[in-house]
Amino acid sequence: MSAIADLLNTEKPFAQDAHPALDPRDRGGPLQPLLKVEGLTKHFALKGGPFDRKRQVVRAVDGIDFTVAKGETLGIVGESGCGKSTTARLLMHLVKPDAGTIVLDGDPVGGVRGVTIAEMRRQVQMVFQDSYASLNPRMPLADGIAFGPRANGVRSLEARTRAHELLSLVGLAPERFAERYPHEISGGQRQRVNIARALAMHPRLVILDEAVSALDKSVEAQTLNLLIALRARLRLTCIFISHDLNVVQFISDRVLVMYLGKVVEVGPVDRLYAKPAHPYTAALLASRPSMDPRRRVTKPPLQGDPPNPINPPSGCRFRTRCPIASAVCAEREPVLLSLEPNGGHAVACHARIPGSGHINPVHAA
Amino acid sequence: MLSYIVRRVTYALPIAIGVTILCFLLIHLAPGDPLSAVLPDNASPEMRRQLAALYAFDQPLPVQYFIWLKRILVGDFGISIQSRRPVIGEILPAIQNTFILATAAVAIGFPIGILLGAIAGFVNGTALDRVVTSIAVTGVSVPHYWLGMVLVVVFAVNLNMLPAMGMSPSGSGNYALNWEHLQHIILPAITLAVIPAAIIARSVRGTVADIRQREFVGTLYSKGLRPSRILLHVAKNAGPTVLAVAGLQLAQLLGGSILVETVFSWPGSGFLLNSAIFTRDLPILQGTILILALLFVMINLLVDVMQTMLDPRIKRS
Amino acid sequence: MSQSIAISAGAATSAQPARRLTYWAGVRRRLRHDPTTVICCVILLVILLAAIFAPLVAPHDPFRTSMIRRLLPPGSPNFLLGTDELGRDMLSRLIYGGRISLVMGLMPVGLATLIGGALGILAGYLGGGWNMLIMRVMDVFYAFPSVLLAVAISGALGAGPGNGLIALTLVFIAPMARVSESVTTQVRNEDFVEAARATGAAAWRIMLEHILPNVLGPILIYSSSLISVSIVLASGLSFLGLGVAPPNPEWGLMLNTLRQAIYIAPINAVLPGVMIFTTSMCFNLMSDGLRSAMDVKS
Repeated sequence: MSAIADLLNTEKPFAQDAHPALDPRDRGGPLQPLLKVEGLTKHFALKGGPFDRKRQVVRAVDGIDFTVAKGETLGIVGESGCGKSTTARLLMHLVKPDAGTIVLDGDPVGGVRGVTIAEMRRQVQMVFQDSYASLNPRMPLADGIAFGPRANGVRSLEARTRAHELLSLVGLAPERFAERYPHEISGGQRQRVNIARALAMHPRLVILDEAVSALDKSVEAQTLNLLIALRARLRLTCIFISHDLNVVQFISDRVLVMYLGKVVEVGPVDRLYAKPAHPYTAALLASRPSMDPRRRVTKPPLQGDPPNPINPPSGCRFRTRCPIASAVCAEREPVLLSLEPNGGHAVACHARIPGSGHINPVHAA
Repeated sequence: MLSYIVRRVTYALPIAIGVTILCFLLIHLAPGDPLSAVLPDNASPEMRRQLAALYAFDQPLPVQYFIWLKRILVGDFGISIQSRRPVIGEILPAIQNTFILATAAVAIGFPIGILLGAIAGFVNGTALDRVVTSIAVTGVSVPHYWLGMVLVVVFAVNLNMLPAMGMSPSGSGNYALNWEHLQHIILPAITLAVIPAAIIARSVRGTVADIRQREFVGTLYSKGLRPSRILLHVAKNAGPTVLAVAGLQLAQLLGGSILVETVFSWPGSGFLLNSAIFTRDLPILQGTILILALLFVMINLLVDVMQTMLDPRIKRS
Repeated sequence: MSQSIAISAGAATSAQPARRLTYWAGVRRRLRHDPTTVICCVILLVILLAAIFAPLVAPHDPFRTSMIRRLLPPGSPNFLLGTDELGRDMLSRLIYGGRISLVMGLMPVGLATLIGGALGILAGYLGGGWNMLIMRVMDVFYAFPSVLLAVAISGALGAGPGNGLIALTLVFIAPMARVSESVTTQVRNEDFVEAARATGAAAWRIMLEHILPNVLGPILIYSSSLISVSIVLASGLSFLGLGVAPPNPEWGLMLNTLRQAIYIAPINAVLPGVMIFTTSMCFNLMSDGLRSAMDVKS
């Protein structure tokens, strides 16, 4: 019986003792973060002619750090252009990082020691936003799902069986869907196929890059429920990238907020949503349309457009739109610091750091 | 703008160099000893020694290339095996004759092609359009050397209206603009003009049909603009594309006239090439090909630059 | 067997129509209904079958000369299309000539599609330095007018059908590579290729299973449009004396040798060209038909 069928056997008890650290590939035990990222940087050079003296550079991701613990779902939010999708591609090495380290369960990725990129790709998989473009239009669905395992040495017959099981797993009956082509099914169904395809490699970490953003609301809800069910069954660790704050709140354990290539705040979802420490987070949360008539505002919480990632503001990048910016914000970039000793909730804001020179420092309540 | 031109020229340079390398290698492609490829059959040992020193065949290939390149750049293309005269002296008049023929073909073919294509584009979808399109497809498929023969059969053999071959009545190399000379050019020019006309017609038709569909033309119609003014607008928009295709065809004409010139014994570069092949006169072969190819590159470059000047939206990388 | 995970509001098994028209089946169907394409296909099939079964179909020996029967006009008893300048039966020579001409037309294009297509896919997928290297070399070849390049290469190599084949193949590799590279670059940037890379699959596997099926269409269309050019060009080479040598029957070569007779027997002289023209035209029309059939995305 295949591994997946094994996992789906409901006779086995659920959740509590099915911990990701029991995965045979585990190396560091439950306390070691599955993913640890330090100083990840990617700058894109803009094409100028050979006569352009100053090559312009888009600082898409500018030195970010974060960790993902085993079994948790980290949500990454931010506006368009903040570097979320680039981060996802950097994690999978689909784009080569300019600087920084990625450590997978204690082993650095790429480089001389540690795991190779190919090995990393066997353990980390990604679901993309555009459900149609993510599938080869000329490949039947089952073949598309089976491609990954086959490319990694699984024999064709077994790969096909696995593909059929995965189709069942995501709710698409294999006898009807296995030989279909992507253009013959709906967007929601395609996204399920993408999820199945990602799971075919038995990944330990799944990155979902705006995976539900392009779907209709009702389909989005179904897909999210599917993801939650799969996550529980398969003991998945996830990174969920989205610009939709409500969805992120629904599905994440911890949330990381990005702005213009930098991490501005990270913390447990409930705490972050209830008491955001960074003015940007607060503004983002306040901009969500609300059904509550008591929460009426006349002024939009966030003014202006996001500045150009080619020439970010000096010091703190958010200062041009920040309601509480002060002089020190233009001089020094704030560092991501924990608000309390156990390090659960961290923020990069001068106002929150005592002794930073900010005019109106706010101390954690 | 200027930076684009400079960039385009610098881009063409490696291509030109590559072309020279390819031409240089042609001699070495030929089977047998490269020295015998450039030597007349009955050469004296003295001549053999001289030419060997000149071509430096004993040196490694890259060195030979540079020696050869240096000579080319000062215009020394070697000596023709057949005529024992400098190659450059044979090539230049021949290219001139080809140029005359090509000009005539352009004068005939391009206007016809543009006209037919424009008509077809304006009446897109109707029977007339289909007729024109079939004519164009026929023109593209016909082997032009065969068409030349057919024209010769019809006009020279049967009707005896036009001469079948040669450039001038007495076979002299000079050219004049009188009827004796002009009648020689008619048939070959028509033959040569058919394929470019067909290709241009196709391209113009597509472009014009495309432009007509665009919204701004509808706006012009609704504004009550006279059809002739609308025509002008369409022409201005179609200009760059048509120019590109026409330029390319002109360049192809220069290089591809060999077959037609053979049929009509027109003493141009193609004819020279043909006889050089038969006499295995590799210096002439090499020189002619080199010059024609470089001309091709130059014309393409010119067309690109002109196209950008006319339509600033096109910035080819 | 595995169990489905229960999910809300059974969206899983929404009814989908049972028709399963694959892309290529749709293309085939449209082609079959296009009258021009069908007619051309029939004509080409006739020529092809005649060429293949030449020994059975041809009425006479194409090499048998006869000094008394030279340049008989078409319609003569026993010689349906007359005889050539050495007394050989035109019809038989045309039929046998089809073999050589078709091979010289199809094989270079086939080879160039394989080589040029592969080069283009490599250049398009690998990108960067490899792309520059491959495409710049292709640009140098592309910088020659095709006729000139074919003549140059076969002129340098020497006359002969083998050399002619080599020359023609080289001529067509560059445009094929260009088209192939252009389409590959477009496909390569699609998400599904990234997803395939994300599985850690080897480059060759991705190129074979993901890139190739998606670029095959445009490549084949372009390739088919080159066939008519190749036939004309190949005959042209023989016409010039490169390529096939006498006494072999080849349409272009026949045009050449019959040129001397153009004043005496003009119809005979132009007959081989009719074959070249017809074949080239049919391939052209079929290629156009193929393009419109593949244009409609199912």
